[in-house]
This record gives sequence, C-alpha cells and structure tokens, in this order.
Amino acid sequence: MSETALEHDHMTGRVWKFDSDISTDVLSPGQYAVDPVEVRKLHVLESVNPEFAPNVQPGDIVVAGSNFGCGSSRETAAENLRALGVACVVAESFARIFMRNAVAVGLPVIVCKGVHDSFSDGDTAKVVLSEGSVTNIDTGTSLVGDSLPAEMRDILAAGGILNVLQSQSE
Amino acid sequence: MSVAAVASELDDGINAMGMTHAERIFAQAAGGESVSAGEFVVADIDLAMLHDIFAAQVFDMLQEVEGDKIFDRAKVAVVIDHLVPAPSAEAAALHKRIREHVARLGIETFYDAGAGICHQLLPEGGHVRPGMLIVGTDSHTTTYGALGAGGTGIGTSDMVYALSTGRLWFRVPETIRFEMFGDLQPGVTWKDVILHLAGRYGTDGAQYKAMEFGGPAVKHADMPSRLTVANMAVEMGAKFGLFAADEVTDEYLIAQTGEGTDRYGPDPDATYEAVHEITLTDLDPQVARPHEVDNVGSVTEVEGITIDQAFIGSCTNGRIEDLRAAAAVLDGKHIASGVRLIVAPASQSVIKEATDSGVLATLVDAGATVLAPGCGPCFGGHGGLLAQGERCIGTHNRNFTGRMGHAAAEIYLGSPATVAASAIAGSIADPRTVEVAHV
Repeated sequence: MSETALEHDHMTGRVWKFDSDISTDVLSPGQYAVDPVEVRKLHVLESVNPEFAPNVQPGDIVVAGSNFGCGSSRETAAENLRALGVACVVAESFARIFMRNAVAVGLPVIVCKGVHDSFSDGDTAKVVLSEGSVTNIDTGTSLVGDSLPAEMRDILAAGGILNVLQSQSE
Repeated sequence: MSVAAVASELDDGINAMGMTHAERIFAQAAGGESVSAGEFVVADIDLAMLHDIFAAQVFDMLQEVEGDKIFDRAKVAVVIDHLVPAPSAEAAALHKRIREHVARLGIETFYDAGAGICHQLLPEGGHVRPGMLIVGTDSHTTTYGALGAGGTGIGTSDMVYALSTGRLWFRVPETIRFEMFGDLQPGVTWKDVILHLAGRYGTDGAQYKAMEFGGPAVKHADMPSRLTVANMAVEMGAKFGLFAADEVTDEYLIAQTGEGTDRYGPDPDATYEAVHEITLTDLDPQVARPHEVDNVGSVTEVEGITIDQAFIGSCTNGRIEDLRAAAAVLDGKHIASGVRLIVAPASQSVIKEATDSGVLATLVDAGATVLAPGCGPCFGGHGGLLAQGERCIGTHNRNFTGRMGHAAAEIYLGSPATVAASAIAGSIADPRTVEVAHV
C-alpha cells in the first residue's frame, strides 16, 4: 500500500458520539437545503449537539448508534460531514441511502456492532478501513466491524463516484 | 432455500432456484438470466427522476463533469414540487435555472411548479410500469413498487453517474416477504397497516432489503393504498417496497395509459430472508408518536393529546381517495377553534377531481386551508411549519425532530380519517368514533 493509500486507510481522531436514528433532517436541515455548503455545514447536528459544528476538527471521527442517516436522499447529509473534515463515521448500522451517498462523496463509513457502547464522547479512536477495525485508544477496547466491499472501497479510494466517472470518460 | 426450490433443483439437476421480485428486476436490468441476493451488479436504469431540490445541482455537475452527456433523454423526468409556489427569491431562481437546464438538454418529461408531487405524477402520467428499475433523487422513490417497479432513492453524485452512463451499481438485496391475511375493519386503512409494520419491525427492520407485500389481503388493496404502503417502505430502511403486478395493476394502467400489464412478480419458489404473516382483522387505527416512525401504537393510546395543526397531504396520503376519506369525516362539521387544518392535494388532477366532486368545498367549509400541490410542509420547507412547543398530526411519512419547523415541535402520523377526526376534536381522536358521511 502506498503512503497516501495508508494515510486514507488508517485514521486516528477525536470521537463525537451520537445515539441511534440520527436523521438527514438533523444532518442537513430542510431550511438550508439549497444553501451553499459553507452555510449548510454550520447547522450540522445543531438540534442534537450545538457544540459539534463549531468545534469539530478535520480528522475527527463520528461514532453513532443504529440507523445513522435515516430519512431523505439528500447527499448533503454526507457531504456536510465531509466538508467539516470528519474522517470517518462508525455506526451500529446506516440507513441505506446515506451509506450509498457517503461512498459517492468519498466519506468513509464502517458498520461496527458494539461501537456505540465502546466509546464516550471525546475519546480517541483509531480506525483501519480495509480491516473494518475500530480501537478506543483511551480504554484499549478493540472491535472489528464489516469492512466495506471492494466495489465501494474502490469508489472511496477514487475520492467519490464523480471521480470514477471522470476517469472512465478519459 | 425453500422446499419447492430444492425439489425443482433435484428435478432439473441444475441450479433452477426461483427469484424474488427484486432479483427478477435486477436480472433483467443487468442483462443476465438470474441474479441472487448479495451480488453486486451494474444495472441499466429505465427511468431517472429529479426534483427541484437537487435537479439544478445535478445538471450543473453533469455539465461540468460530462459536458451535458445524457444517456437517454426519454428516460429522464424532472419535477418541480418541493418549493412550490416558490417561497423565496432564491427558490424562484433555482426553478429558473432548472427550466433553463431542461430546455437546453431537451428533456421532455418536465412537470413545472403546480403540477404536483413527483411520486403522484409519475404513476398518474403512466411513466411507471412493472419491472422497471427507477432511481430518483428522493427517498420515497420506493412508491413505484406499488406498480411492481423497483424504485429507489439515490443522491446527487450517483444521479450524475446514472444520467451520464444510464447505469449504476447495486447490491442485489435480500427480501423480506409480508403475507397479509384478513379484512380491514371500517375506519382502518393501509396507512394504518404500514405504520403498524414500522412499529412492529422498526425503522431498521428492512435496512438494505427489499420488502414484498403479498397474501390474500393484498388482492383487495387498491392502487392508492398500495402507493401509500410502498411509499413508506423506506421508513423501515427498504431499498424497494414491492407489490406483484396483478389485476389491480392491470386495471390501473389501463385507466391511466390504455395499456394494461401481464403479471410480474416473484417465483413461487423464491428464497426469502424472512416471511412474516400479518393478520389485519383486529388492527386498530395506528398513530406514530414523536420522534420516530416506529414509535407506533393504537390511536386509543394517544387519544386526547391536544394539537395545534392537522395536515393532510404529501406523497404518502395526498390523493383524491385520501381527501375524500377526510371529507367524509369533516362533512357538516368544523375544525376545533385554535386548530389549523392544512390540506395539500398531491397533484393538479387531484385538485380538479376534488373540486368537481365537491370534496374540496366540504374541506373548506370545515375550515381547511388549501395549499398548492407540493411537498412544502412535509419536508419542513415552507407552508405550515411549527413553532417551538407546537404539535401537529399529519398524514405524511416522517415525524423526526426538526422535520416540520422548530426542533422542539412534535409530529404525530396517522391516516387521513384519523387526522380529520383529530382536527374536529382539537386533540388526537379515533376516527371510528366519528359519524362518517358519504361524499
């Protein structure tokens, strides 16, 4: 694996923890649906944790319960998190369209049972995408989730489906 | 594997396992004899639908990345339905951009602001047929499963890829089958059935899966009811919510397009992840409480909870049958003082029919505010949002925190009859306790 590929495969960051059923309505509120990403990203999760959007740092990791990203098809839900610099979302499960959109915009996601109970907000997590592994650096707890299928990791590695499209047409 | 499938394999000496409805759609779309759940396929798209929240952005991206290349202009539909009529100068500018794109690209199937909601217009206009693979920039694209089509929501980047290449990758889903038995009691509808299923199996209950709705009870479900059920399959996480094409589908398509359909559905020996048997006979009207669609109980458990607003509309329940059911409850009565009743018919045809039949007059006489056909209040865009601490019961599909305005507002979901009964009472009410007129 090249150095850049390794950088994308291994990530360590501060954990922002959320519960189950985090909907696209809180990830990308309807009132700002057609605003530019610079505006949209300021309102991510504001009704659940108003501290998140102003304080999240590039490389931070979101840990959540089940059905993360449920609701509408708005890709801005995934795009907003990526725009805030979130390196990866690890959840007990994802809503189908959110997961598809995350891959399409190049935001890594891992399904990992038990992750919600293994982290507190503010812990540090280490994630290895290709293995689907998630480690809590503070407690030493290590979990192995489902690594994404190769088809989806290829799209992530390309930086999203539009890059795949561009490379196909070249 | 089912017993029948094993027997058939032994007889033929080859792998002759039957396909589910979803596997049949993907086998056809991927140009293969058969596919099985879990496989990744690249499938041909039969119809791509875009609405006004995402269309301009998608066409901008398409122009930038692919120089406007569209795989087949005849297989694209654009609908302006979310910000209708334009509630701001920005929304109006967005619509203007969409109209320019549509004209420039030569897209023929274009429904401008006021025509109606995408998931109402596409079936109504005869664009949806059994076996089609349809993608839309909207999660409720599962609605088309009512006609036996594989409809599913995708995001904007995936839509750019689909428009440019006419294809998209999919993981063939496992299928959960719901076999339904028994007759619904008066005052109980298929909206109550899908709310009940969401409550019983959870918002994660069909995550990444296809749902098949079958069994003897489904034969009596008319097309509007099927559209409501398939629409909300996504609230359980489903990729598709499928009804087999049968006599009901045939009659609906003949009425809408003049051209009927053959049967289309699963093989009898298809393999399912699970088969659930559901008896409808004892079902009460159901209500989803805040803030999850699976927080469901009988209306009797929430009766008396006061409301500020009642909403009848959306792609789930804004059809003429829904307005008629509400009018039957509201006929000769008036909504409670302090309550706002908002009605948004799902399309211009629905308004026309409601006007001609007197249904609209009944609703207005009862105190309803009638909106233009569109999605406004349901997705929290405009036209009937809630203040902090307010409570609404609606016929729509989602009751998430912040969905309809303020984050500290509450949304309950029910059938048109339940919402109408609640508007009269000023609090959540059981429609079975209200005298119903014939309108």
